[in-house]
Amino acid sequence: MTSISEDSDKEKVRSVSVDLNNDASLVIDIPDALCERDKVKFTVHTKTTLSSFQKPEFSVPRQHEEFIWLHDTIVETEEYAGLIIPPAPPKPDFEGPREKMHKLGEGESSMTKEEYAKMKQELEAEYLAVFKKTVQVHEVFLQRLSSHPIFRKDRNFQIFLEYDQDLSVRRKNAKEMFGGFFKNMVKSADEVLISGVKEVDEFFEQEKTFLLDYSSKIKDASAKAEKMTRSHKNVADDYNHISGALNSTAADNNTAFKKTISVCVLQKLEDRVASDQELKLTELLRYYTRDIQAAKDLLYRRARALADNENSNKALDKARLKGKDIAQAEENQKQCLQKFDKLSESGKKELTSFKARRVVAFRKNLIEMTELEIKHAKNSVSLLQGSIEILNSN
Amino acid sequence: MSGSCGRIPPPFPDNEDQEAESDTRVLDSDEDDDDEGEDIFTGARSNPITPTSAPDEGDIFSEEGSYIRSDVHHATNGLHPDEEELDLFTEATVELTLTNTTSQGRREIIGPTASACNTTQVPNSILKPSIVTKTTEELEEEESGDQFELNIAVTNPEKIGDGMNAYMSYKVSTQTTLPMFLNKTFSVRRRFSDFLGLYEKISAKHSLLGCIIPPPPQKSVVGMTKVKVGKEDSSSAEFVEKRRAALERYLQRVVAHPSLLQDPDVREFLERDELPRAVNTQTLSGPGLLKMINRASDAVNKMTIKMNESDNWFESKLQEVENEEQLLRRLHAAVDSLVNHRKELCSNTAVFSKSVAMLGSVEENSALSRALSQLAEVEDKMEQLHQQQAFSDFFILAELLADYIRLLGAVRCCFEQRMKVWQRLQEAQSTLQKKREAEAKLLWANKPEKLQQAKDDINEWESKVSQYERDFERVTCTVRKEVLRFEKEKARDFKQHIVKYLESLLHTQHRLVKCWEAFLPEAKAIA
Repeated sequence: MTSISEDSDKEKVRSVSVDLNNDASLVIDIPDALCERDKVKFTVHTKTTLSSFQKPEFSVPRQHEEFIWLHDTIVETEEYAGLIIPPAPPKPDFEGPREKMHKLGEGESSMTKEEYAKMKQELEAEYLAVFKKTVQVHEVFLQRLSSHPIFRKDRNFQIFLEYDQDLSVRRKNAKEMFGGFFKNMVKSADEVLISGVKEVDEFFEQEKTFLLDYSSKIKDASAKAEKMTRSHKNVADDYNHISGALNSTAADNNTAFKKTISVCVLQKLEDRVASDQELKLTELLRYYTRDIQAAKDLLYRRARALADNENSNKALDKARLKGKDIAQAEENQKQCLQKFDKLSESGKKELTSFKARRVVAFRKNLIEMTELEIKHAKNSVSLLQGSIEILNSN
Repeated sequence: MSGSCGRIPPPFPDNEDQEAESDTRVLDSDEDDDDEGEDIFTGARSNPITPTSAPDEGDIFSEEGSYIRSDVHHATNGLHPDEEELDLFTEATVELTLTNTTSQGRREIIGPTASACNTTQVPNSILKPSIVTKTTEELEEEESGDQFELNIAVTNPEKIGDGMNAYMSYKVSTQTTLPMFLNKTFSVRRRFSDFLGLYEKISAKHSLLGCIIPPPPQKSVVGMTKVKVGKEDSSSAEFVEKRRAALERYLQRVVAHPSLLQDPDVREFLERDELPRAVNTQTLSGPGLLKMINRASDAVNKMTIKMNESDNWFESKLQEVENEEQLLRRLHAAVDSLVNHRKELCSNTAVFSKSVAMLGSVEENSALSRALSQLAEVEDKMEQLHQQQAFSDFFILAELLADYIRLLGAVRCCFEQRMKVWQRLQEAQSTLQKKREAEAKLLWANKPEKLQQAKDDINEWESKVSQYERDFERVTCTVRKEVLRFEKEKARDFKQHIVKYLESLLHTQHRLVKCWEAFLPEAKAIA
């Protein structure tokens, strides 16, 4: 049904994560996407100079489930335990536009032609907005992977990019879903456990405190931001209705009305834009909520490794006492220690770069938002001044 | 208000010291920050009386930045010195213009009396209402003349009493130069039922003549009960403010109507210290019930009357009025929704602001943390802006629309009155016809005794018919005039309010720009 190509919007849309796609050796983007009913088919386009790929440039169609598959396989890879794994893109949510479409269909008989056309237009715009957003989010996910020195070499990632047949990623059956659910529960139990585990390293201790606190606050902020932008959109819609009501009459000899109509229309646009800016902030917050969660996951994995390490130490001591299986216990302990050290080292690196990334992204987003707010408010000002002058001089 | 200590009685017609005064009220379109709660006589610095002198003085009226209530203006018309012999109060038309009464509107004023004028700058000299007769002006332009000043404000709501017998008392202040009042400034306290009582009295007298009577604000059981019970929350404060503003607008409309202003009941309402309690405004009282019954029967009547219109003007006008009422209702619904959504936006912004502040306090990067707290403050300011804007949305737009929806209803009543008069005429004519037939029958049956009776009857009904014909003519004429006046006023009103609303939007956007511009360096300082 709807297809979109995203050249000019790429610039605008990239404030969530910066410094991606800088490396020309592996450039990924989603130039195109098709929406069929509920399913969105993304066209993943890759340009690469790496020899590990068969061709220098290629495209494959992918669906949302395949992205999730990729994310899950990476999460489940032991080697990446010490890395922050880019959060999976959320499922495309067309609920809003779909509701609107439903309402439109129902109210069709009671509306005038112009109103109907207008609402249809709005509906399409909203649909398009949701569409663009989901494309962007999926794209950013892939780009995070491609710009990371370790992930970009992942075999599954390459398969994802290259394999032009259907990946046959079957949907998780009931058992797996339940297993996943159970795992989440264990994880929350872990949370409790891990907050209790004694931390040796001060860096990680600080990080833990910070991340736990920050994660709850940012989740809250992103929810509130969403509510706020939705109200703002409602206000904009109201101006739309007002101008519609004014329009639909022969208020032709009334310049005041006419002026008001044009002002309302433009006010609506301005409000829309304002809410779009706020929406960016909301998206930033939402994205970082997920990212923070990924960072937290890293900490859990490390904490679990720490716990394992301690357990293996204890087991070794016990084995030594008993005099049995010492070699095995020693081996185990060595492995645990290695794993733990590796995790700590890469974890530290990841978390530090995460900090920097976050600050930069916030800065960019806030500056952009502010500048656009100023620009649009100034536009409003001049428009309003003009209208007032005209009305007064009549 | 300029000093009006001793009041000089109006100059008599033979007094050479005619001073045609015209007040200038220029709508100061640069009013800013004046949206919330217009206080009375904001134009305290206004110069109400400016004496006129020789016409060669060009712009006679000093425009010392005078600005009073933004909705009371007037232009002046030529004086007619000959008519000064007449009673000063007959046919005084009151014009409240809202446009910038530039000097053009006033230059014509002083006509022939100018030479006789003293150029004394006596601030408390009186304004004489100009007398415009129908002969000299066309119907449409009749409204464009007068000089007078009457400002009304409703302020200081106070709760009197306690519990369910409590009521709000409002201060009604009048500032005027009209000679028919005892003082130049005076105020009385009135309660809501007094306003309703005034409406009843006016309506009883004038609606039959085909005047458009401004309807009073609506009763509200819920709102008043909250106030009575003593809930000191923002919603009851809002209710009181809404009512106060509505009462003020109501009175202003009443006195803007030339014939209503002359009504002694109106004067009494404004001047008299203690008014007898208007009891028959209660819904469940005897008169109240009677009213409801009457209204019902009227509705039935309306359906059955089919008027034979010789003049298409009325039919098309009525249609226009009905269409417009529909439009305004739709608009009002949309604006209502706007107000509610904006209030929602306001509270959501406040919540968000706090949330951002929390986030900022947790943030470890100090520059980002500072920026986030600044962002929280910006959002806080936005909340206030939204709040103010919602206030403007409501009081400037929504209330205007609601008022006019009711006013259009009053206009329709006016048309209905005319129909009723016409119906009465029809009935009289048919009765007359019957009487004539009866007489003819009697003649034919040759019963002379009853003939005299029949002849008397016929005479009686003939005079009735001609009386009703005159009535109908008069009502038709009045209705036409009223509608024209109403339309003019409506156009003015709307324009003025729309300008005001745009100005409020402008103000908000200005402040927005400032807020964000202040924030920008903070955002850039993040490192």
